[in-house]
Amino acid sequence: MTTTTRRTMLAGFSAGLLAMTALTGAAWAQSINLTYLIPSGADGVAVAEELVKSFEAANPDINIDIETRPGGSEGDNLVKTRLATSSMTDIFRYNSGSLFQAINPQQFLVDLSAEPWQADVQDSFKQVVTAPDGTVRGAPMGAAMGGGIYYSKAIYEQLGLSVPKTWDEFMANNEKVKAAGKVAVAQTYGDTWTSQLFVLGDYYNVSAAEPDFAANYTAGTAKFGTDPVAMRGFEKLQAVFDAGYLNEDFGAAKYDDGLRMVANGEAAHYPMLTFATTAIVASYPELIDNVGFFAQPGDDAAKNGLTVWMPDGLYIPQTTSNLDAAKRFVAFVASVEGCEAQTRAGGASGPYLVNGCTLPDDVPPAVTDMLPYFAEGGQNGPALEFLSPIKGPALEQITVEVGSGIRPAADGAALYDEDVRKQAQQLGLPGW
Amino acid sequence: MTQAGMAQAAGKPRAVQRRSPYPGWFFIPAAVIYVVLFLVPTFASLYFSLTRWTLFNSTFIGLENFAQFLREPFLIKGLINTVLYAAITSALKVVLGLLLAVLLTSQIAARGYLRSVVFFPVLVSTVGVGITFTVLMHPTNGMINEGLALLGIKGPGWLVDPNLALFSVALVDVWKGVGLATVIYIAGIVAIPKDYYEAARIDGATRLQNFFYITLPLSRPATTTVIILSFIGGLRTFDLIWAMTRGGPGFASDTVASVIYKQYQSGFYGLSTAGNVVLFILIAALVIPLTMLLNRKEGHE
Repeated sequence: MTTTTRRTMLAGFSAGLLAMTALTGAAWAQSINLTYLIPSGADGVAVAEELVKSFEAANPDINIDIETRPGGSEGDNLVKTRLATSSMTDIFRYNSGSLFQAINPQQFLVDLSAEPWQADVQDSFKQVVTAPDGTVRGAPMGAAMGGGIYYSKAIYEQLGLSVPKTWDEFMANNEKVKAAGKVAVAQTYGDTWTSQLFVLGDYYNVSAAEPDFAANYTAGTAKFGTDPVAMRGFEKLQAVFDAGYLNEDFGAAKYDDGLRMVANGEAAHYPMLTFATTAIVASYPELIDNVGFFAQPGDDAAKNGLTVWMPDGLYIPQTTSNLDAAKRFVAFVASVEGCEAQTRAGGASGPYLVNGCTLPDDVPPAVTDMLPYFAEGGQNGPALEFLSPIKGPALEQITVEVGSGIRPAADGAALYDEDVRKQAQQLGLPGW
Repeated sequence: MTQAGMAQAAGKPRAVQRRSPYPGWFFIPAAVIYVVLFLVPTFASLYFSLTRWTLFNSTFIGLENFAQFLREPFLIKGLINTVLYAAITSALKVVLGLLLAVLLTSQIAARGYLRSVVFFPVLVSTVGVGITFTVLMHPTNGMINEGLALLGIKGPGWLVDPNLALFSVALVDVWKGVGLATVIYIAGIVAIPKDYYEAARIDGATRLQNFFYITLPLSRPATTTVIILSFIGGLRTFDLIWAMTRGGPGFASDTVASVIYKQYQSGFYGLSTAGNVVLFILIAALVIPLTMLLNRKEGHE
């Protein structure tokens, strides 16, 4: 009952605001005002501003105001609240995959399946913004990312190492780096989310060995704690700690420290998502040629491939009063001009998911290293969070524990299964 | 007698007493504020704690949230941490606050200045204090460990060692909160009549005897206030822990409040509301008996 009252009050309030905007709009002749909500963060804002600038130049009758929100779960809650109270902006940027399912796309988002530009959007992206009823409700915003390991090309050259294809080769490289007196693996548990990469980035290896894992995991029949292949990610995390390969301040270091260490050759490896390339370019433009990238090695060299994260989506809430103008902006972002505007503002960090979009010739080596996995015959597959609606919220704390030697890998995996069970029950999935 | 009885039967004196100088409608604004801001959210949260709530819709699931919350793998650790944290901080605040208050009520140079120095941390934002100490306690670049290194001591990982993190945060909490305890104690000590000390001097009491036989027992009301305030504060502690460790490393410094916040962050709104109800009951269950105990002893004195 309270929600209804609150909703009516807010609706009344926003109706008043709308009336006011409509009046002022009339004074400005035909110009349409749109609002666009994005997560804060320097590079994201720069990209949004460049997109809006290019779009406004081509569509002088439309004006777009950018609003920012915090990232992470704080931002998730804000997006949910604004959707639930009908106060969402005309267009907003938000995650695809499991978090997309959590905002009830069917109830709140405009169906974009019939838009002409969808013909050029790759299917791998469409499937992560598809509502349960089979309609596509978003457009790709940004480039595909890989979850793997950045490495220092300087250290690799100095010690004569080659890019590892198996976990054993990787550990052998680490041993040589350690013997040379350098940090073999940078870990940055001061930002807990960075601790999950060894587990999440291992998913390609899991799916290569057990193609049905995601379906069984969603159904509650496959578990990290009981599936030896899935548990490998946790074991790898523990292995680098046990061998003493980490930087001394791994418990307090932050994401930025990790980027610095791998860029200027303090550390040989840093497991991370490839969106970090943009941040390295921004902070260490002169060092970007020192940074390479490879997929997380598995146990079989022939099956080595890259775990891929899909970019965010652009969505239009059903409450928008300027549907046509909002659709024009979304169409622009999902076009070749849109990709070019993104590259201009933030540099290229990976392949775009719109056909016809190309990367410039002078991309950083970390991006070049990533492309073979996407090329014809390359091996890549989506991360687990794009194949299943379940991702346990405490994974980052558990991986910090396993990665700092507080808890053994098997224990961590079993604990994560508990966390996953809670998430599945909250989502009301069958079989839990 | 009969007259009085008749008057009472007619209810006259009571009616006179009950009549307020204000008309009834005068209370409506206050009542509306109270109902809207306090009663409605309280009952709404009791209701939502019994539902699976996604913000978009809620399904009634009975007591399942409470069962799930009590099954939380780290709830027990969080409960122990919470009580431990509250006990440590309130004990240290009592001891240090009393000692500082004795010092700051004695005739020392720059007394006013020292009083304000002790009180200053109370005024600083908790999150600011947390961030500052996170930087100071960094295991390799932090000023504390660099200082210890100058003395040839290898400092511990204050916030990254799972056995230490909670205690490091508790120490910072004491540093930040001891000023308030000191001020309460100063007020208590200043209110002790001088006659006691004069009588004791005639009896030839030492300073130590003065402290144990006069100051300590006569500032019991202040002690009660400090214990209860800092104990409740410690039980609901959240901001400092969140700013410094986010419950980490892993789950080592989780308290009930941080467990609740994490449920909310994960989008388990019904579950975190149930957690709030549990925290409310926990605080009531610990603090009400404690208050009664402390006040009863005071009565016996």
